[in-house]
Amino acid sequence: MSPATARQVMPFSPPNALAAEGEAASRQKVLIRNVEFYYGAFKALKNVTMPLHDKRVTAFIGPSGCGKSTLLRVLNRIYELYPGQRAAGEVIIDGENILSPRVDLNLLRARIGMVFQKPTPFPMSIYDNIAYGIRLYERLPHHELDERVESALRRAALWDEVKDKLRQSGLGLSGGQQQRLCIARAVAVRPEILLLDEPASALDPLSTQRIEELIAELKADYCIAIVTHNMQQAARSSDYTAFMYLGELIEFDETERIFTRPKQKHTEDYITGRFG
Amino acid sequence: MGVYRRRRIVNGMVMGLAVAATAFGLLWLVLVLWTLLENGIAAITPALFSQMTPPPGSAGGLLNAIFGSVLMTLIATLIGTPTGILAGTFLAEYSRGSRFGEVVRFINDILLSAPSIIVGLFVYEIMVVKMGHFSAWAGAAALVIIVIPVVVRTTEDMLNLVPNALREAASALGSPKWKVIVMVSYRAAIQGMVTGVMLAVARIAGETAPLLFTALNNQFWSTNMNGPMANLPVVIFQFAMSPYADWQVLAWGGALLITITVLLLNIGARALASWGTFKQ
Repeated sequence: MSPATARQVMPFSPPNALAAEGEAASRQKVLIRNVEFYYGAFKALKNVTMPLHDKRVTAFIGPSGCGKSTLLRVLNRIYELYPGQRAAGEVIIDGENILSPRVDLNLLRARIGMVFQKPTPFPMSIYDNIAYGIRLYERLPHHELDERVESALRRAALWDEVKDKLRQSGLGLSGGQQQRLCIARAVAVRPEILLLDEPASALDPLSTQRIEELIAELKADYCIAIVTHNMQQAARSSDYTAFMYLGELIEFDETERIFTRPKQKHTEDYITGRFG
Repeated sequence: MGVYRRRRIVNGMVMGLAVAATAFGLLWLVLVLWTLLENGIAAITPALFSQMTPPPGSAGGLLNAIFGSVLMTLIATLIGTPTGILAGTFLAEYSRGSRFGEVVRFINDILLSAPSIIVGLFVYEIMVVKMGHFSAWAGAAALVIIVIPVVVRTTEDMLNLVPNALREAASALGSPKWKVIVMVSYRAAIQGMVTGVMLAVARIAGETAPLLFTALNNQFWSTNMNGPMANLPVVIFQFAMSPYADWQVLAWGGALLITITVLLLNIGARALASWGTFKQ
Protein backbone atom coordinates (compact mmCIF):
# COMPACT_ATOMS: atom_id res chain seq x y z
CA MET A 1 0.00 0.00 0.00
CA SER A 2 1.40 3.37 -0.94
CA PRO A 3 1.62 6.16 1.60
CA ALA A 4 -0.72 8.18 -0.55
CA THR A 5 -3.56 5.70 -0.37
CA ALA A 6 -2.95 5.24 3.32
CA ARG A 7 -3.42 8.92 3.93
CA GLN A 8 -6.69 8.90 2.07
CA VAL A 9 -8.13 6.40 4.52
CA MET A 10 -7.30 8.52 7.52
CA PRO A 11 -9.24 9.41 9.60
CA PHE A 12 -12.67 10.22 8.20
CA SER A 13 -13.12 7.65 5.47
CA PRO A 14 -16.22 5.46 5.71
CA PRO A 15 -15.81 1.82 6.79
CA ASN A 16 -14.54 -0.63 4.20
CA ALA A 17 -13.38 2.17 1.96
CA LEU A 18 -10.46 0.15 0.75
CA ALA A 19 -11.95 -3.32 0.82
CA ALA A 20 -12.37 -3.33 -2.93
CA GLU A 21 -8.73 -2.63 -3.59
CA GLY A 22 -7.71 -6.24 -3.09
CA GLU A 23 -5.64 -8.34 -0.76
CA ALA A 24 -2.80 -5.89 -0.29
CA ALA A 25 -5.00 -3.12 1.02
CA SER A 26 -5.96 -3.12 4.65
CA ARG A 27 -9.59 -3.04 5.50
CA GLN A 28 -10.84 -0.64 8.07
CA LYS A 29 -12.06 -2.81 10.93
CA VAL A 30 -12.87 -0.25 13.57
CA LEU A 31 -13.87 3.37 13.35
CA ILE A 32 -13.56 5.39 16.52
CA ARG A 33 -15.72 8.48 16.00
CA ASN A 34 -15.97 11.52 18.27
CA VAL A 35 -15.29 9.45 21.35
CA GLU A 36 -15.23 11.21 24.71
CA PHE A 37 -14.57 9.52 28.03
CA TYR A 38 -15.29 10.50 31.60
CA TYR A 39 -13.90 9.27 34.91
CA GLY A 40 -16.69 10.76 36.99
CA ALA A 41 -16.52 14.47 36.12
CA PHE A 42 -13.01 14.29 34.65
CA LYS A 43 -12.91 14.25 30.88
CA ALA A 44 -10.12 11.89 29.85
CA LEU A 45 -10.77 11.70 26.10
CA LYS A 46 -11.75 14.64 23.94
CA ASN A 47 -13.40 14.04 20.61
CA VAL A 48 -11.12 11.26 19.38
CA THR A 49 -11.65 10.06 15.83
CA MET A 50 -9.48 7.44 14.14
CA PRO A 51 -9.67 4.08 12.36
CA LEU A 52 -8.11 0.72 13.17
CA HIS A 53 -7.21 -1.46 10.22
CA ASP A 54 -7.66 -5.17 9.91
CA LYS A 55 -4.48 -7.25 9.81
CA ARG A 56 -2.49 -4.21 10.84
CA VAL A 57 -0.97 -3.05 14.10
CA THR A 58 -1.94 0.37 15.40
CA ALA A 59 0.15 1.83 18.21
CA PHE A 60 -1.15 4.38 20.70
CA ILE A 61 1.68 6.51 22.04
CA GLY A 62 1.89 9.55 24.28
CA PRO A 63 3.00 10.60 27.74
CA SER A 64 1.45 9.12 30.88
CA GLY A 65 -2.11 10.23 31.43
CA CYS A 66 -2.69 11.14 27.79
CA GLY A 67 -5.64 8.73 27.52
CA LYS A 68 -4.10 6.00 25.36
CA SER A 69 -4.97 3.18 27.77
CA THR A 70 -8.37 4.72 28.33
CA LEU A 71 -9.02 4.66 24.60
CA LEU A 72 -8.05 0.99 24.46
CA ARG A 73 -10.40 0.24 27.35
CA VAL A 74 -13.27 1.86 25.46
CA LEU A 75 -12.90 -0.60 22.60
CA ASN A 76 -14.13 -3.61 24.63
CA ARG A 77 -16.05 -1.51 27.15
CA ILE A 78 -14.08 -3.06 30.00
CA TYR A 79 -14.40 0.29 31.79
CA GLU A 80 -18.00 -0.61 32.53
CA LEU A 81 -16.80 -2.83 35.37
CA TYR A 82 -16.42 0.39 37.32
CA PRO A 83 -19.30 2.67 38.21
CA GLY A 84 -18.72 6.31 37.32
CA GLN A 85 -16.82 5.65 34.11
CA ARG A 86 -18.61 6.32 30.85
CA ALA A 87 -17.95 6.89 27.19
CA ALA A 88 -19.77 8.96 24.57
CA GLY A 89 -19.50 8.97 20.79
CA GLU A 90 -19.33 5.95 18.54
CA VAL A 91 -17.05 2.99 18.09
CA ILE A 92 -18.08 1.22 14.92
CA ILE A 93 -16.86 -2.33 14.44
CA ASP A 94 -17.91 -3.86 11.12
CA GLY A 95 -20.71 -1.34 10.81
CA GLU A 96 -22.11 -1.79 14.31
CA ASN A 97 -21.79 0.86 17.00
CA ILE A 98 -20.57 -1.11 20.00
CA LEU A 99 -21.12 1.76 22.42
CA SER A 100 -24.86 1.27 21.96
CA PRO A 101 -26.58 0.13 25.16
CA ARG A 102 -28.19 -2.72 23.21
CA VAL A 103 -24.86 -4.46 22.68
CA ASP A 104 -24.34 -7.60 24.79
CA LEU A 105 -21.09 -6.91 26.62
CA ASN A 106 -20.08 -10.56 27.04
CA LEU A 107 -20.55 -11.35 23.37
CA LEU A 108 -18.71 -8.16 22.43
CA ARG A 109 -15.75 -9.01 24.64
CA ALA A 110 -15.61 -12.53 23.29
CA ARG A 111 -14.85 -10.96 19.89
CA ILE A 112 -12.11 -8.72 21.29
CA GLY A 113 -9.11 -10.16 23.09
CA MET A 114 -7.23 -8.08 25.63
CA VAL A 115 -3.79 -8.45 27.21
CA PHE A 116 -2.79 -6.29 30.14
CA GLN A 117 0.38 -4.64 31.34
CA LYS A 118 0.95 -7.10 34.15
CA PRO A 119 0.48 -10.77 33.30
CA THR A 120 -2.84 -11.99 34.72
CA PRO A 121 -2.79 -15.79 34.75
CA PHE A 122 -5.84 -17.24 36.47
CA PRO A 123 -5.21 -19.34 39.59
CA MET A 124 -5.65 -22.62 37.73
CA SER A 125 -3.60 -24.96 35.57
CA ILE A 126 -1.93 -23.82 32.36
CA TYR A 127 -4.40 -25.93 30.41
CA ASP A 128 -7.42 -24.52 32.21
CA ASN A 129 -6.15 -20.98 31.74
CA ILE A 130 -6.48 -21.45 27.99
CA ALA A 131 -9.58 -23.64 28.10
CA TYR A 132 -11.46 -21.18 30.34
CA GLY A 133 -12.23 -18.77 27.51
CA ILE A 134 -12.99 -21.51 24.98
CA ARG A 135 -15.41 -23.26 27.33
CA LEU A 136 -17.35 -20.03 27.81
CA TYR A 137 -18.82 -20.14 24.34
CA GLU A 138 -18.09 -23.55 22.89
CA ARG A 139 -18.86 -27.06 24.04
CA LEU A 140 -16.12 -29.16 22.49
CA PRO A 141 -15.29 -32.84 22.81
CA HIS A 142 -12.12 -33.51 24.77
CA HIS A 143 -9.72 -34.07 21.91
CA GLU A 144 -10.88 -30.94 20.08
CA LEU A 145 -10.43 -28.86 23.19
CA ASP A 146 -6.95 -30.33 23.57
CA GLU A 147 -6.18 -29.31 19.99
CA ARG A 148 -7.45 -25.79 20.51
CA VAL A 149 -5.36 -25.39 23.65
CA GLU A 150 -2.30 -26.71 21.87
CA SER A 151 -2.72 -24.48 18.83
CA ALA A 152 -3.27 -21.41 21.02
CA LEU A 153 -0.11 -22.18 22.98
CA ARG A 154 1.77 -22.76 19.73
CA ARG A 155 0.58 -19.42 18.35
CA ALA A 156 1.88 -17.73 21.48
CA ALA A 157 5.22 -19.56 21.11
CA LEU A 158 4.78 -21.16 24.50
CA TRP A 159 3.92 -24.76 23.61
CA ASP A 160 7.44 -26.19 23.71
CA GLU A 161 8.06 -24.73 27.14
CA VAL A 162 4.85 -25.95 28.78
CA LYS A 163 3.73 -29.07 26.90
CA ASP A 164 4.96 -31.35 29.69
CA LYS A 165 3.38 -29.40 32.51
CA LEU A 166 -0.05 -28.43 31.25
CA ARG A 167 -1.63 -29.53 34.52
CA GLN A 168 0.61 -27.35 36.65
CA SER A 169 -0.45 -23.96 37.92
CA GLY A 170 -0.11 -21.05 35.51
CA LEU A 171 1.22 -19.03 38.43
CA GLY A 172 4.42 -21.08 38.39
CA LEU A 173 5.59 -19.67 35.05
CA SER A 174 8.06 -16.82 34.64
CA GLY A 175 6.78 -13.31 33.91
CA GLY A 176 7.46 -13.54 30.19
CA GLN A 177 5.86 -16.98 29.97
CA GLN A 178 2.85 -15.75 31.93
CA GLN A 179 2.38 -12.90 29.48
CA ARG A 180 2.57 -15.29 26.52
CA LEU A 181 0.07 -17.51 28.36
CA CYS A 182 -2.25 -14.51 28.54
CA ILE A 183 -1.79 -13.86 24.82
CA ALA A 184 -2.51 -17.54 24.11
CA ARG A 185 -5.62 -17.29 26.27
CA ALA A 186 -6.81 -14.26 24.31
CA VAL A 187 -6.05 -15.89 20.95
CA ALA A 188 -7.70 -19.19 21.94
CA VAL A 189 -11.21 -17.73 21.79
CA ARG A 190 -10.53 -16.66 18.18
CA PRO A 191 -11.23 -12.96 18.55
CA GLU A 192 -11.27 -10.51 15.66
CA ILE A 193 -9.41 -7.75 17.44
CA LEU A 194 -6.53 -7.88 19.92
CA LEU A 195 -6.00 -5.09 22.41
CA LEU A 196 -2.56 -5.01 24.02
CA ASP A 197 -2.10 -2.63 26.92
CA GLU A 198 1.66 -2.18 27.32
CA PRO A 199 2.10 -5.96 27.06
CA ALA A 200 5.88 -5.89 27.38
CA SER A 201 6.50 -3.08 29.83
CA ALA A 202 6.88 -5.41 32.81
CA LEU A 203 9.19 -7.80 30.96
CA ASP A 204 12.91 -8.13 30.39
CA PRO A 205 14.39 -7.31 26.94
CA LEU A 206 14.45 -10.94 25.75
CA SER A 207 10.83 -11.57 26.68
CA THR A 208 9.95 -8.22 25.11
CA GLN A 209 11.56 -9.32 21.88
CA ARG A 210 9.57 -12.55 21.89
CA ILE A 211 6.34 -10.64 22.44
CA GLU A 212 7.16 -8.30 19.56
CA GLU A 213 7.90 -11.24 17.25
CA LEU A 214 4.60 -12.68 18.34
CA ILE A 215 2.76 -9.48 17.49
CA ALA A 216 4.33 -9.50 14.05
CA GLU A 217 3.03 -13.04 13.49
CA LEU A 218 -0.43 -12.44 14.91
CA LYS A 219 -0.85 -9.41 12.68
CA ALA A 220 -1.60 -11.73 9.78
CA ASP A 221 -4.94 -12.67 11.35
CA TYR A 222 -6.03 -9.88 13.62
CA CYS A 223 -6.67 -6.22 13.92
CA ILE A 224 -4.24 -5.25 16.68
CA ALA A 225 -4.13 -2.15 18.84
CA ILE A 226 -1.19 -1.72 21.17
CA VAL A 227 -0.56 0.87 23.85
CA THR A 228 3.12 1.43 24.47
CA HIS A 229 5.44 3.75 26.31
CA ASN A 230 8.33 2.48 24.29
CA MET A 231 8.85 4.57 21.17
CA GLN A 232 11.18 2.05 19.55
CA GLN A 233 8.59 -0.63 20.11
CA ALA A 234 5.95 1.46 18.40
CA ALA A 235 8.29 2.18 15.51
CA ARG A 236 9.32 -1.47 15.19
CA SER A 237 6.06 -3.27 15.49
CA SER A 238 3.25 -1.03 14.28
CA ASP A 239 1.89 -0.02 10.88
CA TYR A 240 -0.05 2.98 12.13
CA THR A 241 0.60 5.23 15.08
CA ALA A 242 -1.68 7.52 17.00
CA PHE A 243 -0.02 10.19 19.12
CA MET A 244 -2.17 11.40 21.99
CA TYR A 245 -1.73 14.19 24.45
CA LEU A 246 -3.95 15.32 27.32
CA GLY A 247 -6.91 13.30 26.08
CA GLU A 248 -6.70 14.50 22.50
CA LEU A 249 -5.58 12.71 19.39
CA ILE A 250 -2.83 14.98 18.09
CA GLU A 251 -1.83 13.00 15.04
CA PHE A 252 -2.66 9.73 13.35
CA ASP A 253 -0.75 8.40 10.41
CA GLU A 254 1.36 5.59 9.11
CA THR A 255 4.05 4.76 11.62
CA GLU A 256 6.77 5.50 9.13
CA ARG A 257 5.47 9.02 8.54
CA ILE A 258 4.91 9.71 12.23
CA PHE A 259 8.48 8.81 12.98
CA THR A 260 10.09 10.50 10.00
CA ARG A 261 7.93 13.40 8.89
CA PRO A 262 5.27 14.16 11.50
CA LYS A 263 2.93 16.97 10.55
CA GLN A 264 2.53 18.29 14.06
CA LYS A 265 5.34 20.05 15.92
CA HIS A 266 3.99 18.44 19.09
CA THR A 267 4.42 14.94 17.73
CA GLU A 268 7.92 15.68 16.59
CA ASP A 269 8.88 17.03 20.01
CA TYR A 270 7.57 13.89 21.67
CA ILE A 271 9.15 11.29 19.41
CA THR A 272 12.48 13.06 19.44
CA GLY A 273 12.35 13.09 23.23
CA ARG A 274 12.15 16.82 23.71
CA PHE A 275 9.34 16.33 26.24
CA GLY A 276 7.29 13.57 27.85
CA MET B 1 31.30 6.05 65.83
CA GLY B 2 29.26 7.32 68.79
CA VAL B 3 26.10 7.43 66.70
CA TYR B 4 26.61 3.89 65.48
CA ARG B 5 27.25 2.55 68.99
CA ARG B 6 24.10 4.21 70.27
CA ARG B 7 22.09 2.76 67.42
CA ARG B 8 23.34 -0.72 68.23
CA ILE B 9 22.43 -0.33 71.88
CA VAL B 10 18.94 0.98 71.03
CA ASN B 11 18.51 -1.85 68.57
CA GLY B 12 19.49 -4.39 71.23
CA MET B 13 17.09 -2.91 73.75
CA VAL B 14 14.13 -2.83 71.39
CA MET B 15 14.88 -6.36 70.28
CA GLY B 16 15.04 -7.47 73.91
CA LEU B 17 11.69 -5.83 74.68
CA ALA B 18 10.07 -7.47 71.66
CA VAL B 19 11.36 -10.90 72.65
CA ALA B 20 10.23 -10.36 76.25
CA ALA B 21 6.75 -9.32 75.12
CA THR B 22 6.47 -12.38 72.89
CA ALA B 23 7.63 -14.63 75.72
CA PHE B 24 5.13 -13.03 78.10
CA GLY B 25 2.26 -13.67 75.67
CA LEU B 26 3.32 -17.23 74.91
CA LEU B 27 3.86 -18.03 78.60
CA TRP B 28 0.14 -17.84 79.36
CA LEU B 29 -0.78 -19.80 76.29
CA VAL B 30 1.65 -22.56 77.29
CA LEU B 31 0.39 -22.49 80.88
CA VAL B 32 -3.23 -22.82 79.75
CA LEU B 33 -2.39 -25.70 77.42
CA TRP B 34 -0.23 -27.37 80.07
CA THR B 35 -2.92 -27.13 82.77
CA LEU B 36 -5.46 -28.45 80.31
CA LEU B 37 -3.26 -31.41 79.40
CA GLU B 38 -2.27 -32.15 82.97
CA ASN B 39 -5.83 -32.23 84.25
CA GLY B 40 -7.64 -33.41 81.16
CA ILE B 41 -5.48 -36.26 79.93
CA ALA B 42 -6.73 -38.53 82.73
CA ALA B 43 -10.29 -38.09 81.52
CA ILE B 44 -9.54 -39.09 77.91
CA THR B 45 -10.66 -42.71 78.18
CA PRO B 46 -12.85 -44.90 76.00
CA ALA B 47 -15.64 -44.25 78.50
CA LEU B 48 -15.51 -40.54 77.67
CA PHE B 49 -16.62 -41.32 74.11
CA SER B 50 -19.01 -44.18 74.87
CA GLN B 51 -20.99 -43.27 77.99
CA MET B 52 -23.54 -40.61 78.86
CA THR B 53 -23.02 -37.78 81.32
CA PRO B 54 -23.38 -39.42 84.73
CA PRO B 55 -25.16 -38.29 87.87
CA PRO B 56 -22.72 -37.20 90.57
CA GLY B 57 -20.85 -40.07 92.16
CA SER B 58 -21.10 -42.58 89.33
CA ALA B 59 -18.94 -43.29 86.33
CA GLY B 60 -19.78 -41.89 82.88
CA GLY B 61 -18.58 -40.05 79.81
CA LEU B 62 -19.54 -37.18 77.54
CA LEU B 63 -21.01 -39.03 74.55
CA ASN B 64 -24.34 -37.19 74.56
CA ALA B 65 -22.61 -33.83 74.95
CA ILE B 66 -20.11 -34.59 72.17
CA PHE B 67 -22.93 -35.65 69.87
CA GLY B 68 -24.97 -32.55 70.69
CA SER B 69 -22.04 -30.22 70.10
CA VAL B 70 -21.12 -31.85 66.81
CA LEU B 71 -24.73 -31.83 65.59
CA MET B 72 -25.45 -28.21 66.46
CA THR B 73 -22.08 -27.00 65.17
CA LEU B 74 -22.62 -28.93 61.95
CA ILE B 75 -26.09 -27.51 61.37
CA ALA B 76 -24.92 -23.99 62.19
CA THR B 77 -21.98 -24.34 59.79
CA LEU B 78 -24.12 -25.80 56.99
CA ILE B 79 -26.54 -22.87 57.23
CA GLY B 80 -24.07 -20.15 58.12
CA THR B 81 -21.34 -20.87 55.56
CA PRO B 82 -23.31 -20.48 52.33
CA THR B 83 -25.22 -17.53 53.75
CA GLY B 84 -22.04 -15.83 54.87
CA ILE B 85 -20.16 -16.53 51.65
CA LEU B 86 -23.01 -15.22 49.50
CA ALA B 87 -23.37 -12.09 51.63
CA GLY B 88 -19.59 -11.53 51.59
CA THR B 89 -19.61 -12.00 47.81
CA PHE B 90 -22.38 -9.44 47.51
CA LEU B 91 -20.37 -6.93 49.53
CA ALA B 92 -17.10 -7.49 47.68
CA GLU B 93 -18.29 -8.03 44.12
CA TYR B 94 -21.66 -6.37 43.69
CA SER B 95 -22.11 -3.53 46.13
CA ARG B 96 -18.83 -1.68 45.63
CA GLY B 97 -19.24 1.95 46.52
CA SER B 98 -22.98 1.67 47.09
CA ARG B 99 -24.66 3.15 50.14
CA PHE B 100 -26.58 -0.06 50.80
CA GLY B 101 -23.36 -2.07 50.82
CA GLU B 102 -21.83 0.28 53.38
CA VAL B 103 -24.85 -0.08 55.65
CA VAL B 104 -24.75 -3.88 55.38
CA ARG B 105 -21.03 -3.91 56.11
CA PHE B 106 -21.49 -1.65 59.16
CA ILE B 107 -24.29 -3.79 60.60
CA ASN B 108 -22.26 -6.95 59.98
CA ASP B 109 -19.33 -5.46 61.87
CA ILE B 110 -21.60 -4.70 64.83
CA LEU B 111 -22.93 -8.25 64.74
CA LEU B 112 -19.35 -9.52 64.57
CA SER B 113 -18.43 -7.85 67.84
CA ALA B 114 -21.75 -8.40 69.62
CA PRO B 115 -21.29 -10.33 72.88
CA SER B 116 -22.46 -13.89 72.37
CA ILE B 117 -24.66 -13.71 75.47
CA ILE B 118 -26.75 -11.07 73.67
CA VAL B 119 -27.17 -13.49 70.76
CA GLY B 120 -28.25 -16.16 73.25
CA LEU B 121 -30.79 -13.86 74.87
CA PHE B 122 -32.12 -12.78 71.47
CA VAL B 123 -32.74 -16.37 70.34
CA TYR B 124 -34.18 -17.16 73.78
CA GLU B 125 -36.71 -14.38 73.26
CA ILE B 126 -37.73 -15.20 69.71
CA MET B 127 -37.52 -19.01 69.79
CA VAL B 128 -37.37 -20.52 73.28
CA VAL B 129 -40.08 -18.27 74.76
CA LYS B 130 -42.32 -18.63 71.68
CA MET B 131 -41.91 -22.42 71.57
CA GLY B 132 -42.24 -22.75 75.31
CA HIS B 133 -39.16 -24.97 75.75
CA PHE B 134 -35.42 -25.11 75.18
CA SER B 135 -34.36 -26.83 71.97
CA ALA B 136 -31.38 -27.84 69.87
CA TRP B 137 -32.87 -25.87 66.96
CA ALA B 138 -32.66 -22.72 69.04
CA GLY B 139 -29.06 -23.63 69.93
CA ALA B 140 -28.15 -24.09 66.27
CA ALA B 141 -29.90 -20.81 65.39
CA ALA B 142 -27.84 -18.93 67.98
CA LEU B 143 -24.66 -20.46 66.57
CA VAL B 144 -25.70 -19.52 63.01
CA ILE B 145 -25.96 -15.89 64.10
CA ILE B 146 -22.40 -16.10 65.39
CA VAL B 147 -21.04 -17.88 62.29
CA ILE B 148 -22.51 -15.59 59.63
CA PRO B 149 -20.75 -12.30 60.43
CA VAL B 150 -17.37 -14.04 60.74
CA VAL B 151 -17.77 -15.71 57.34
CA VAL B 152 -19.15 -12.54 55.72
CA ARG B 153 -16.20 -10.53 56.93
CA THR B 154 -13.46 -12.97 55.96
CA THR B 155 -15.08 -13.69 52.58
CA GLU B 156 -15.29 -9.99 51.78
CA ASP B 157 -11.75 -9.30 52.96
CA MET B 158 -10.33 -12.19 50.96
CA LEU B 159 -12.24 -11.25 47.79
CA ASN B 160 -11.04 -7.66 48.16
CA LEU B 161 -7.49 -8.97 48.04
CA VAL B 162 -8.09 -10.48 44.59
CA PRO B 163 -6.55 -7.99 42.15
CA ASN B 164 -9.01 -6.21 39.86
CA ALA B 165 -6.68 -7.06 36.97
CA LEU B 166 -7.81 -10.70 37.29
CA ARG B 167 -11.48 -9.71 37.10
CA GLU B 168 -10.74 -7.50 34.11
CA ALA B 169 -8.84 -10.29 32.38
CA ALA B 170 -11.70 -12.75 32.88
CA SER B 171 -14.34 -10.21 31.85
CA ALA B 172 -12.31 -9.31 28.77
CA LEU B 173 -12.71 -12.91 27.56
CA GLY B 174 -16.45 -12.39 27.53
CA SER B 175 -17.05 -14.11 30.83
CA PRO B 176 -20.32 -13.31 32.57
CA LYS B 177 -19.92 -11.80 36.02
CA TRP B 178 -21.02 -14.86 37.98
CA LYS B 179 -18.47 -16.97 36.16
CA VAL B 180 -15.74 -14.45 36.88
CA ILE B 181 -16.63 -14.71 40.57
CA VAL B 182 -17.00 -18.49 40.78
CA MET B 183 -14.15 -19.51 38.48
CA VAL B 184 -11.60 -16.79 39.14
CA SER B 185 -12.27 -14.72 42.28
CA TYR B 186 -13.24 -17.69 44.47
CA ARG B 187 -10.26 -19.71 43.26
CA ALA B 188 -7.89 -16.88 44.03
CA ALA B 189 -9.43 -16.35 47.48
CA ILE B 190 -10.26 -19.92 48.47
CA GLN B 191 -7.49 -20.32 51.02
CA GLY B 192 -8.59 -17.32 53.05
CA MET B 193 -12.26 -18.18 52.70
CA VAL B 194 -11.77 -21.73 54.01
CA THR B 195 -9.70 -20.36 56.87
CA GLY B 196 -12.54 -17.96 57.68
CA VAL B 197 -15.07 -20.78 57.84
CA MET B 198 -12.74 -22.83 60.04
CA LEU B 199 -12.24 -19.88 62.36
CA ALA B 200 -16.00 -19.53 62.62
CA VAL B 201 -16.39 -23.24 63.41
CA ALA B 202 -13.62 -23.02 66.00
CA ARG B 203 -15.35 -20.06 67.57
CA ILE B 204 -18.77 -21.71 67.94
CA ALA B 205 -17.26 -25.00 69.08
CA GLY B 206 -16.49 -23.40 72.41
CA GLU B 207 -19.38 -20.91 72.76
CA THR B 208 -21.23 -21.38 76.05
CA ALA B 209 -23.46 -18.36 76.61
CA PRO B 210 -25.68 -18.71 73.52
CA LEU B 211 -26.28 -22.41 74.22
CA LEU B 212 -27.03 -21.84 77.89
CA PHE B 213 -30.08 -19.83 76.85
CA THR B 214 -31.19 -22.04 73.98
CA ALA B 215 -30.19 -25.72 73.89
CA LEU B 216 -29.59 -25.75 77.63
CA ASN B 217 -28.46 -29.23 78.58
CA ASN B 218 -29.69 -32.80 78.75
CA GLN B 219 -28.48 -35.52 81.03
CA PHE B 220 -29.57 -38.21 78.59
CA TRP B 221 -28.93 -39.23 74.99
CA SER B 222 -31.17 -37.22 72.71
CA THR B 223 -31.39 -36.78 68.97
CA ASN B 224 -34.52 -34.69 69.20
CA MET B 225 -33.74 -31.27 67.75
CA ASN B 226 -36.98 -30.01 69.25
CA GLY B 227 -35.90 -30.63 72.81
CA PRO B 228 -33.00 -29.59 75.04
CA MET B 229 -29.73 -31.18 73.99
CA ALA B 230 -26.48 -31.77 75.83
CA ASN B 231 -23.40 -29.99 74.50
CA LEU B 232 -19.79 -29.75 75.60
CA PRO B 233 -19.55 -26.06 76.60
CA VAL B 234 -22.61 -26.11 78.87
CA VAL B 235 -21.65 -29.50 80.36
CA ILE B 236 -18.16 -28.17 81.05
CA PHE B 237 -19.68 -25.09 82.65
CA GLN B 238 -22.01 -27.15 84.84
CA PHE B 239 -19.50 -29.86 85.76
CA ALA B 240 -16.59 -27.51 86.43
CA MET B 241 -18.72 -25.42 88.80
CA SER B 242 -19.91 -28.50 90.70
CA PRO B 243 -18.34 -29.71 93.96
CA TYR B 244 -18.08 -33.31 92.67
CA ALA B 245 -14.55 -34.48 91.79
CA ASP B 246 -15.62 -36.93 89.07
CA TRP B 247 -17.67 -34.24 87.32
CA GLN B 248 -14.69 -31.89 87.46
CA VAL B 249 -12.47 -34.49 85.81
CA LEU B 250 -15.02 -34.87 83.00
CA ALA B 251 -15.10 -31.08 82.60
CA TRP B 252 -11.31 -31.04 82.14
CA GLY B 253 -11.62 -33.84 79.61
CA GLY B 254 -14.28 -31.94 77.65
CA ALA B 255 -12.17 -28.77 77.64
CA LEU B 256 -9.17 -30.68 76.34
CA LEU B 257 -11.34 -32.32 73.69
CA ILE B 258 -12.60 -28.96 72.37
CA THR B 259 -9.08 -27.55 72.30
CA ILE B 260 -7.73 -30.51 70.35
CA THR B 261 -10.67 -30.34 67.93
CA VAL B 262 -10.05 -26.65 67.26
CA LEU B 263 -6.36 -27.38 66.73
CA LEU B 264 -7.16 -30.16 64.27
CA LEU B 265 -9.66 -27.93 62.45
CA ASN B 266 -6.99 -25.30 61.96
CA ILE B 267 -4.43 -27.80 60.71
CA GLY B 268 -7.06 -29.32 58.44
CA ALA B 269 -7.97 -25.91 57.05
CA ARG B 270 -4.38 -25.18 56.17
CA ALA B 271 -3.83 -28.56 54.57
CA LEU B 272 -7.08 -28.33 52.59
CA ALA B 273 -6.37 -24.82 51.35
CA SER B 274 -2.84 -25.54 50.22
CA TRP B 275 -4.02 -28.71 48.51
CA GLY B 276 -6.68 -26.66 46.70
CA THR B 277 -4.22 -24.09 45.43
CA PHE B 278 -1.47 -26.32 44.16
CA LYS B 279 -3.44 -29.28 42.87
CA GLN B 280 -5.46 -27.29 40.37
